This record gives sequence, structure tokens and C-alpha cells, in this order.
Amino acid sequence: MPRKLWDAVLAGVVALLLFVPLTGVSLSGYTLEGHWQRPLWLAVGVVLGRLLLGWFLERRQRMVGTTRRPGWITAWIDDHRPYIVIAAVIGALLVPWWIGKYWLNVAILALIYVLLGLGLNVVVGLAGLLDLGFVAFYAVGAYTYALGHHYFALSFWAAVPLGAMLAAGFGVVLAFPVLRMHGDYLAIVTLGFGEIIRLILNNWLEVTGGPNGLRVPFPSLFGMDFGRRASPGHVTLHEFLNIPYSNEYRDIFLYLLLFLVVCGMVFLVRRLRRMPLGRNWEALREDEIACRSLGIQPVTVKLSAFGLGAMTAGVGGVFFAASQGFVNPTSFTFLESAHILAIVVLGGMGSTGGVIVAAVVLTVLPEVLRDFAEYRGLLFGCAMVLMMMWRPRGLMGIRRARFHRSEVG
Amino acid sequence: MNAHILLQQLVNGVVLGSVYGLIAVGYTMVYGIIGMINFAHGEVYMIAAYLTAIFLAALTLLGIQSPPVVILMVLILTMAVTALYGWSIERIAYKPLRHSTRLAPLISAIGMSLILQNFVRIAQGARNQGIPTLLDGGVRLMENGPEQFVQITHAQILIVVTAIVSMGALWYLIQGTAMGRACRAVQQDRTMAALLGVDTDRIISVVFVLGASMAAVAGTLVTFNYGSFDFFIGFVTGIKAFTAAVLGGIGSLPGAMLGGLVLGLSESIFSGFVNTDYKDVFAFSLLVLVLIFRPSGLLGHPEVEKV
Repeated sequence: MPRKLWDAVLAGVVALLLFVPLTGVSLSGYTLEGHWQRPLWLAVGVVLGRLLLGWFLERRQRMVGTTRRPGWITAWIDDHRPYIVIAAVIGALLVPWWIGKYWLNVAILALIYVLLGLGLNVVVGLAGLLDLGFVAFYAVGAYTYALGHHYFALSFWAAVPLGAMLAAGFGVVLAFPVLRMHGDYLAIVTLGFGEIIRLILNNWLEVTGGPNGLRVPFPSLFGMDFGRRASPGHVTLHEFLNIPYSNEYRDIFLYLLLFLVVCGMVFLVRRLRRMPLGRNWEALREDEIACRSLGIQPVTVKLSAFGLGAMTAGVGGVFFAASQGFVNPTSFTFLESAHILAIVVLGGMGSTGGVIVAAVVLTVLPEVLRDFAEYRGLLFGCAMVLMMMWRPRGLMGIRRARFHRSEVG
Repeated sequence: MNAHILLQQLVNGVVLGSVYGLIAVGYTMVYGIIGMINFAHGEVYMIAAYLTAIFLAALTLLGIQSPPVVILMVLILTMAVTALYGWSIERIAYKPLRHSTRLAPLISAIGMSLILQNFVRIAQGARNQGIPTLLDGGVRLMENGPEQFVQITHAQILIVVTAIVSMGALWYLIQGTAMGRACRAVQQDRTMAALLGVDTDRIISVVFVLGASMAAVAGTLVTFNYGSFDFFIGFVTGIKAFTAAVLGGIGSLPGAMLGGLVLGLSESIFSGFVNTDYKDVFAFSLLVLVLIFRPSGLLGHPEVEKV
């Protein structure tokens, strides 16, 4: 007991030394303002936290050797999996008709993050490659639509495949040389690439409009507009269907379209994980040397995961541009990459369901808790560190595809 | 090509390069010893800049005026507290993950970097901060007319001299002391060093402390020179210092210093003769190109992965 107390006191002293200069005073001009209570509270928090941690570690020590039963939540989810999926799909289809314009936009953003999370999950969760510049491919998608429309009158429906291909192309060209080397280099190269793309978009005023951004039109459906009045040579949807005009239709349409894309992505990932390619991703993540000795080509396999991730981000980017009606470089900062990474990490790396839940929660929660917006980055950071300590392999655990027991006998 | 501009950019490049070199040392030592990229290292540099301004203001409030005394005291205080930050970062975010998956420490490092950035933003405010000028004036060389000279400011001289002195001290610590020998042993083979009685956990902590102190020197010097900083400076400077470490050959101390100089010089010349807006793009492209064509860097050894 005295040892634990001693540890906690020591942690408190270190905390005081760390926090007094940075939180005890704040710079105001060339002089200082005192906030003496802040470091004290922080230090008290650290002491309590250290005591709790000691107690927790001791408890875990005692539990070593006893087999851990899966928690009741996991068991319940496992037993009711098909019902949960059906309920989620029906819920997601009903949502847009009720919630009003503001929350509809939040829901569209949430779906975009679900898509991005699923894409990054393939790269980070399944293939075990850390991609810190995911937002670069998102930007490539968004600007493909924006620039394509501005210079070549590209339509939304052409921008989706083109954005996906361009993003995947960038990803493959960037990652191919780097993937031949030690895995960690990929993280820093993607980080650098994310900044390169953002700086170019910001500085190349003549082409991208720089910080002023570009306007993006809303997609049409079979050549029909969603506006109140049709542009020349077009019909509007409400005139065609003979229903009263509402400005929510276009958002509902985008939501449903995105929902379809997300479902397609879930299906794709699900199938891929059972295919040799998906199994190779996970095998490479676990032990690259063993894989090479079994004749798996590490570079091609990793490249396919990275390319698929980049492609998803490209599609997400086109949808983002379409839903905002406007793009500028401030949407593609490193914090955005960190947000998507936080979704994947919190969702439990590798788990599709977890990523979907995390994406929705991390997008809707900041809207509900507006007052805590300032603490968003801090919370993401803490969540990442804590998740790595608590469950480095994901919240739900990795579920492996099993062989089915024979029905006979 | 204007000779004065070229020489001026060379001077600026050496100054910038010493700063990159000081930060790169932290990346290269940590990578050499535990094989991970410490993404939070750039934030350590940013924290040093804030601590510099805070200690400077505190000393001014206490009535200490003499510039050499103030500079030395600020440097020592900043190094001490920053070193403690380096130690705590390792203890909290990396040590518990020593036997975890390969990705875990990297993600934890990204998390730590976000925590530090936002912690400073919340504690000190998001706005740009500054310090008063301590060292002004400089030396003018080759002066022949207005706009026709090469200027070396006193602050720039301070940066280069302090960088050389602290690099020399670090070199002595690593090459000339028992602790340094233990560091080198752990870098070569952690398991073998542990079997021979080296406390590897302690050595890893020492490496983080040394790296953070070097970043603190850089943060203090840059703040004295430019006088202005915000909570986001660690991000770009961190990537650039990492570029310097890779350029010189990651894991090699002289490589970090050389890489810093090469990067600083080429960046200065690029921004002097080509374009200032794209100097970061140039530096990051250099990183990508080095990794593609010479991943072992200028002084590094090719990496062999062992089972």
C-alpha cells in the first residue's frame, strides 16, 4: 500500500512540474496572467488517476490465469446480429424523412464519415498500414468534382468514378515505392503528402481559387434538377412527379444515394475479407516475414489495400463537395485525417460495425455537445492513447471467418 | 544569379539547418533505439517555444534584466521542463505498449501529439504569441551599397554557436560516458544489452530526455530569433526535422546533423530563388524522394529485418 501511495504522490509532483508553467500562467502580450488553481486541480486528478490505475492493474494481475468470459454486450450482439442489421437498415432509411434540414445535413456528413472510416479501416485495421494523409485522397475526390465542373462542366455522375480513379491512382503512385521499405515510413510519407496536397490547393490561386475555394453544383437525377425552377433544357423533379416543391428533397436524395454507396462498401469489405486477398491483408499485418516465406507478395497485397482505401476516400470527397456546394482547402487539414483515424481506432480496428457506430457517434456527438467543441482534439488524442493500451486489437476483437460445422453427424 | 542573395540564403540555410538538426536528433535517437517514429516530438519543440516565452516573462517580472543571464536561465529552465515532458510522454504513451502490436505505439504517438497540441491551445489560447526582442543588430559582410550586403544577426550567431555546443555535449555524452555506451549497446541489440545487465527501460527514458532537451534548445533559439509562435508550429517543423533525420540516415547522430544542414540549405536556396509559397511542398517532396531513392539516407546503413 505505501508503495502505491508513493507512486501516486510522485506522479502528482511530476504533474505539478509539468502543469505549473503551461497552465498555471498564460501569456498575455509580453507578460503573464496567473491561474493558480488550474495546475492544482490537474495534479489532484493525476494523483487520483494514478491510484485508480494501480488498483486496476492489480485487479488485472489477479485475473491472469482465469479465462475471460466475453461480456454480455458482445454475446447479445452476437446472438442478435441479423436483427440488429435489419433494424439499422430500416432505421437509416426512415431517418431522413423526419429530422429536418439541419440534422439531415449532419446525417449526410455522418454517412460520409462512415464511408471514409470504412475505407481507412481497410488500410489501417485490416492491412495494418498507418495512413496519416487519408484526407489528401478525400481532397483529390472533392477537387476532381469541383475543378472538373469548373473547367470541363463535369457532372456529378462522371465525377464519382473519375474521382475514385484519380484518388486510387495518386495512392498507388505514392505508396508503391514506399511500401517496399519498413512499414512506418508510409505513415510519415502520407503525412507529408497530405500537407503537399493542401498547400498546393491553397497556393495555386490561378487554378484552384486558393482559400476562396470553388463552387460546386448539386447532382441531378436522370437529368432532372432539384431546384425550384429548372435550368434551361431541364425538368425539375417536383414538376415531373407532380408533388409540391421542398428544398429537402435534394438532401434526402443525396442521403439515400450515400446510404447505397455505404451498403455497397460494407458488402465489398465483407466479401473481400473472406477472399484470399483479404486474408492476405490480415496475415501480412500479423507477420510479414512469415507471409513472404509462404510466397505472398507483400507489396502488391498492401498496395491493393492502400488503393482501395484511397478510392473510397475519393468517392467520399466527391459526395462531400456535392453536399456542401463549395470546397476550400480548410476542409482538408491534418485534424480531418486524425478525425477519421480516431473513428477507425475507436471503432476497434478491423471491425466494420464498430467503425460505423464510431463514425456516427463522433459526427453527431460534437453537434449535440457544441460547448465541448474546443475539447474535440484533446478527446480524440486521449481516446487513441487509451484504446491502444486497453484494446490494441480493437473493441470487439477480431472475428475470424470460421469453417462451418458439417450438418451431417 | 545574385551573389549577395545566394550568400544570404546560405547563411539563413545554415541557421535553419542547425535548428532542424537539433530536432532531428530526437527522432533519430528514438528510432534507433526502439524503432518507432515519435510523432509527438514536433509538439515537444512547440512546448519549448511556449515555455521560453513564459520563463522569459517570469524572469522579467522578477526583475532580472541582463540579456546573457536571462538567455542562459531561460535556456536551462526550458530544457529542464521540456526534458520532463519528454520523459512523461514516453512513460505514459509508449512504455505500456512496448510488447503490443506494431501499429499501437504509432497510433498512440499520434494521439499524444493531438493531446499536446490541444492542451497548449486550451491552456494558452489559440492566438499567435510573441516575445520582445532580446538580441538585435548583427554583422554586415561585403557591404557595397544599399541592399547589397550579407547580414548575419546576433541571434543567428547565437543559434549556430549554441547548436554546435549542444551537439558537442550530446556527442560526448553518447561516445564518452558509461551511460552513452549503454545507449549504443541498446541501439545495437536490446535483448543482448539487457542480458548483460543494462537497464534498457532506463536507457530508453534517457534517450527521450536527451531528445526532448535538444528540441528544447531548438525551440528556445528559434523563439529568440523569430519572436513569434503558435500552438501549431510543431507539426510542420516536426515533419521537416524528420525529413532531415531520414535524409541523413535514420539512427545515425552525425547523419541527423548533416541531414539538418542539407535540408536547411536546400530549403533556403529554394525559397530564395524559386518560390517561398512552395518551400514546405519542396521539403515534403524531398522526404518522399529520399525515401524512394535512398531510404538508408546519406550516412545510414541499409535496414535488414530480422526474425
